[in-house]
Amino acid sequence: MSTHTLSVLVENKPGVLARVAALFSRRGFNIESLAVGPTERPELSRITILVSVEEQPLEQVTKQLNKLINVLKIVELEDSEAVLRELLLVKVRTDDTTRRAVLETVELFKAKVVDVAPDVLTIEVTGPPPKLDAMITMLEPFGIRELVQSGMVAMGRGNRSITQTAALRAVERSA
Amino acid sequence: MAAPDASAAPTEITAATPMTGAQSFVRSLEAAGVEVLFGIPGGAILPAYDPLYDSTRLRHILVRHEQGAGHAATGYAQATGRVGVCIATSGPGATNLVTPIADAYMDSIPMVAITGQVARSSIGTDAFQEADISGITMPITKHNFLVKRPEDIPQAIAEAFHLASTGRPGPVLVDLPKDILQANTMFAWPPKMDLPGYKPVTRPHSKQIREAAKLIVAAKKPVLYVGGGVIRARASKALRTLAELTGIPLVTTLMARGAFPDSHPQHLGMPGMHGSVSAVTALQKSDLLITLGARFDDRVTGRLDSFAPDAQVIHADIDPAEIGKNRHADVPIVGDVNEVILELIPAIEAEYAAGNRADLTGWWKQLDRYRETYPLGYEEPTDGTLAPQYVIERLGQIVGPDAIYAAGVGQHQMWAAQFIKYENPYTWLNSGGLGTMGYSVPAAMGAKVGRPDLTVWSIDGDGCFQMTNQELATCAIEGIPIKVAVINNGNLGMVRQWQTLFYGQRYSNTELGTHKHRIPDFVKLADALGCIGLRCESKADVDATIEKAMSINDQPVVIDFTVGADAMVWPMVAAGMSNDEILAARDIRPVFDGNE
Repeated sequence: MSTHTLSVLVENKPGVLARVAALFSRRGFNIESLAVGPTERPELSRITILVSVEEQPLEQVTKQLNKLINVLKIVELEDSEAVLRELLLVKVRTDDTTRRAVLETVELFKAKVVDVAPDVLTIEVTGPPPKLDAMITMLEPFGIRELVQSGMVAMGRGNRSITQTAALRAVERSA
Repeated sequence: MAAPDASAAPTEITAATPMTGAQSFVRSLEAAGVEVLFGIPGGAILPAYDPLYDSTRLRHILVRHEQGAGHAATGYAQATGRVGVCIATSGPGATNLVTPIADAYMDSIPMVAITGQVARSSIGTDAFQEADISGITMPITKHNFLVKRPEDIPQAIAEAFHLASTGRPGPVLVDLPKDILQANTMFAWPPKMDLPGYKPVTRPHSKQIREAAKLIVAAKKPVLYVGGGVIRARASKALRTLAELTGIPLVTTLMARGAFPDSHPQHLGMPGMHGSVSAVTALQKSDLLITLGARFDDRVTGRLDSFAPDAQVIHADIDPAEIGKNRHADVPIVGDVNEVILELIPAIEAEYAAGNRADLTGWWKQLDRYRETYPLGYEEPTDGTLAPQYVIERLGQIVGPDAIYAAGVGQHQMWAAQFIKYENPYTWLNSGGLGTMGYSVPAAMGAKVGRPDLTVWSIDGDGCFQMTNQELATCAIEGIPIKVAVINNGNLGMVRQWQTLFYGQRYSNTELGTHKHRIPDFVKLADALGCIGLRCESKADVDATIEKAMSINDQPVVIDFTVGADAMVWPMVAAGMSNDEILAARDIRPVFDGNE
């Protein structure tokens, strides 16, 4: 099993997320992470999905996704060819003896303190999943009160754009 | 036999005209070329039924259960090649359509299902007769629409018909909230369709065609593995040209019966769990499967890892997702199968002209030996009961190939696929993928509405028949004179067969009492439903009873063929077994020459 990142360009219409999510569960695929949001074109949304499957079923899931009428295009983003980002908000227990150490970690990871209370700091950080994992490991000894993480968003490197009309729906003719 | 008329209505142009949503809906159906719809009104869809009452172009057939409406739409579509339409109200009306929609999805039937919905302001409140039918049918429709604005009705209807009938056909559901039907709006036709994500590839890639042609002319043991896609694509004529050009043996799956004449010497019959020994073995021993609109279904392949182990695969299908789903394709071809065949023909001719053509004599010798040694057949019952296979065989012989046969699901379905000889596409209707008991009577009704010029036989089991026979009341009242052969063995026959073979003859809940208690009495039931009821219990009466039924054309006819309970469907590949383990008859394993 390996993890694949799919960028799925869809029509911005009610029920589209349900169609995509239902297709994964119906065909027996597990979604590890999911992020949905608008694009530079208001009629289109973009869904980023992390799915953990073998190569062969991955082909099947992309083909099945392509059959959804509201799906315009699917691109698999290789880690090395794409910018991958997640957002993490984490509430860390602090007191006068630990605050400085926590703030050093914040700086080290180019994170930000977004809220302060006498006994906790709320920290915001973005980055690729390994960076966030590393930061969580560093903060754990202080005591994590609460943690929330976004689904991953991803974009291919270079000058190509998934929403270019000319490239919409690159159907694999030879399958 | 004349080919069904599948031509769409000429596009009509209507400038923006004020009317209600309901009127706009009816006008849209008319403009989409609909001639008949099967349905039942109810609260939420009621506004649509008012202008429907005035329409001179739409015939509405009032069915007795929404499931009947759905299967009737399917039968109509299968017999005519046109889009079948069913209509129901919200809530239970809509959920009763779920089974036929799932059935149509599995068998790629062009269908549009219309449902009423509670008013927009009530959606999500658990209102009376509310069901989230677009959510419920998401996994069993090609697409569905919940129309939110009255002005969107024509576009939704136009898109629904376009989606249902193009690419890989399938059911599309349009859910119409009551208040948008009541609202005032403007109707204009044709509406702009906006489906940026829908571009089915119909034209095959020329490189793949050339690759396929090279494999085809070089193969020593090729087989044309023909599926239902050939019927959907209206490719029978092209297929025959291809088959005769190449001389390659051919098998037709359950969904493709009729796509190629059974009388043709190159036809080896049906492959699969209950396929002929020659068809199953041809696939197993083949070195090249030329797969046309088929999908390597588990009932065809048996155990997948031992299916056709030595064969390379050419796989042509309009749905890219089918290619490589179950079996790797050496040459994948995405495209409309008719176009694929029409392009393959000159490519193969060019190869032949260049002197490339493998000799198939040895292959044919081998196949003829299987065909002669293990022909389809059945044993006469020793207990004096009537053989169901005989009934079905005689029915096919007396009625002939210029008729439509719609089967239910089970033993009788397999016998109808085996022992009736089909010569034309659109004459064999059945529920292949979903295996829906109760399909036959309403499907036959829909087929007869679409092809009133043809005799339409429903071949049903006593179990299936009790699920949907109420549509015979519809047939009697609406003047749809179908004929029903109930193959009444008193049991859920196919389940009983499995109990005989795999559950130590422990017949748990398979006896229906239609023999022991004669409940119901199908002759009386037929009479009560406004049909002629006949009964046949002996071999001697079979022909006369069928001929009697054939002589009645102004009323539906039901024949209760009381047949033996112990007849079994053979050949058989047990579920999960390799096709190499086929049994020609009980305990009879075909012996194949070792080193072929």
